[in-house]
Amino acid sequence: MNALIRAARRPAAASVIALGAVALALAALGASPLAVAADLAAGACGNWIAFTDTLARATPLVFCGLAVAIAFHGALWNIGADGQLVVGALAAGALGPALSGWPHAPAIVAMLAAGAIGGALWGGLAGWLRARRNVNEVISTIMLNFIAAQLLSWAVHGPLMAPAGGFPASRKIAAAARLHLYFPPSRLNLAMAFAVVLACACQLGLFRTVAGFQLRALGRNRRASAFFGAPIARLTVGAMALSGALAGLGGAVQISAITHRLYETISPGWGYEAIAVALIARLSPLGVVPAALLFGALDNGSQAMQRADGISPELVYVVQALAILVLLACDAAAGGGWREMFYRGAPASAEEGDDA
Amino acid sequence: MLEAFAASTVAMATPILLAALGELLVERAGVINIGIEGAMLTGAFAAIAAAHAGGGALAAVAAAVAAAVAINALFALVVVNLAANQVVAGTAIDLLALGVTGVLYQRIFGATGRAFTVAPMPPIALGPLARIPLIGPALFDQSALVYLAFALVPAIAWTLGRGRFGLRLRAAGERPEAADALGLGVYRLRWIALLIAGALSGLGGAYLSLAYANTFVEGITAGRGYVALAVVIVGRWNAWGVAAAALMFGAAMALQFVLQVSAGALPYQLFLALPYLLTVVVLAFVGGQAAAPAALGEPYVRG
Repeated sequence: MNALIRAARRPAAASVIALGAVALALAALGASPLAVAADLAAGACGNWIAFTDTLARATPLVFCGLAVAIAFHGALWNIGADGQLVVGALAAGALGPALSGWPHAPAIVAMLAAGAIGGALWGGLAGWLRARRNVNEVISTIMLNFIAAQLLSWAVHGPLMAPAGGFPASRKIAAAARLHLYFPPSRLNLAMAFAVVLACACQLGLFRTVAGFQLRALGRNRRASAFFGAPIARLTVGAMALSGALAGLGGAVQISAITHRLYETISPGWGYEAIAVALIARLSPLGVVPAALLFGALDNGSQAMQRADGISPELVYVVQALAILVLLACDAAAGGGWREMFYRGAPASAEEGDDA
Repeated sequence: MLEAFAASTVAMATPILLAALGELLVERAGVINIGIEGAMLTGAFAAIAAAHAGGGALAAVAAAVAAAVAINALFALVVVNLAANQVVAGTAIDLLALGVTGVLYQRIFGATGRAFTVAPMPPIALGPLARIPLIGPALFDQSALVYLAFALVPAIAWTLGRGRFGLRLRAAGERPEAADALGLGVYRLRWIALLIAGALSGLGGAYLSLAYANTFVEGITAGRGYVALAVVIVGRWNAWGVAAAALMFGAAMALQFVLQVSAGALPYQLFLALPYLLTVVVLAFVGGQAAAPAALGEPYVRG
């Protein structure tokens, strides 16, 4: 318990400082920070529907947050969870309408498999480019995000478009492929529980398996890993594919539980937000769950905030960005702990020739 | 049509080139700045906000430069002085810029979507040169920022090749500890590179909103900052290469307009995705980071 409090102390402090800075900025803009905070809180968990909506909004963030955390442990800077989520959603959304007549359980499994495979292909491609063609994964994953967005746009305007629709969207998935909503109109469903189970699995995989150890070793020192004979290319492709699969699952459950169909703006930028989630969680898969809940609540509350105060929901990005920057600064000031992962104190030349 | 395509290529290449030249200096100093997208976005917004407040073109450009330099100073503080992870800090800068411009845009211009437009920056025709067929309008009848961008190419190529400042930058990017031992001041050099890059990203953003779109929309940069990062790699960390790569990406973007009109059978999304597809494919072929500065992306803590 004490260890937990110690681990959560600095991220919590960073979040509070970020919120405080944003409150000051709001005051400067002539809005009342207290009123904005009250509206935000009410929108996030003011009643049963608001609260369950926060859970629903946090769910894809857990999947993407896990995706980012896994990749970052290997020092693979996957900025592409968003594209991987989109491709996963695309695969599930394309398969979904064809599953009519299937029993419920296999249909759900098929949806999840489609999402995971779609995301794994997208992430694995970036991993392959890194391992075999020496392409910086930061650039390739960002580019693949843009390509995925256009792919989705083409799909819902073209081959997957529902015949009669006011706006471009795909046909609805079969009833069998929809995750059950337990207490309608609330959107409470099994996806959140699934996400928590996955978080536990990721935690075990990272810290209790050989592959997890090798990935973390790769993240600490690529050259030493190569020297000790770790299968670097396989780890790189595998970790990126796994990372993509996790994000793709997030897309699949979103289709299966919430939207039941594809449309162009399926992701409001979860993959980018997930970077903040993973960092606030200090890359701990279990920590991703509360961090995603925090940001899911901010997202959900920001809608109410816009209606009540006329403040754009993008304010949430400011909070997230400042939280990351403050956390980086706190860590640098304090030294130690996370430092070895993100601030290699050794002279830069220790890493020299890494990719050459 | 070819004339329009050439002019469009140069116009589309310009903001990318401006940002990429800044990123080139930063990377030669050993820092990778993913926040370049955010700096461009900040510049694009500041320019329009200044124009809205009644400033002229010069004031708008100055506002863009000042805002982008400020956001790069924040980045420099975090990655140079605090030696934080550069990819993570850069991503945060992008998120910050997206949030700040989004909130301020709605605050200043309202949520109604009534776009505020500015008069386009006037092109300056360079006399008879502008009348050369095919390349005249593309090269010699453009706005001042275009001339500035292309004039910077030889200047930066020279300084990185043999100028005192460029050589010092390169030392900071190749062997920071040796550079520090020689008293070159790695932190200072990286700060200077990041501030110059901020100014150039700001100019690139100002070009987008003032000269190209004549307005600001949220996310107007649409990944051009990231394309600029790719341009630096494709250009092999060399100013002439960067210029050639920027023109290639400019052509890919300009192709959208030509092909969208003429090739109705192909989905328009393909053309929108073209610059990004091209980036991935080109990187897959030239990929290797062998030409990259040795200490690129490595946080450096003064010993």
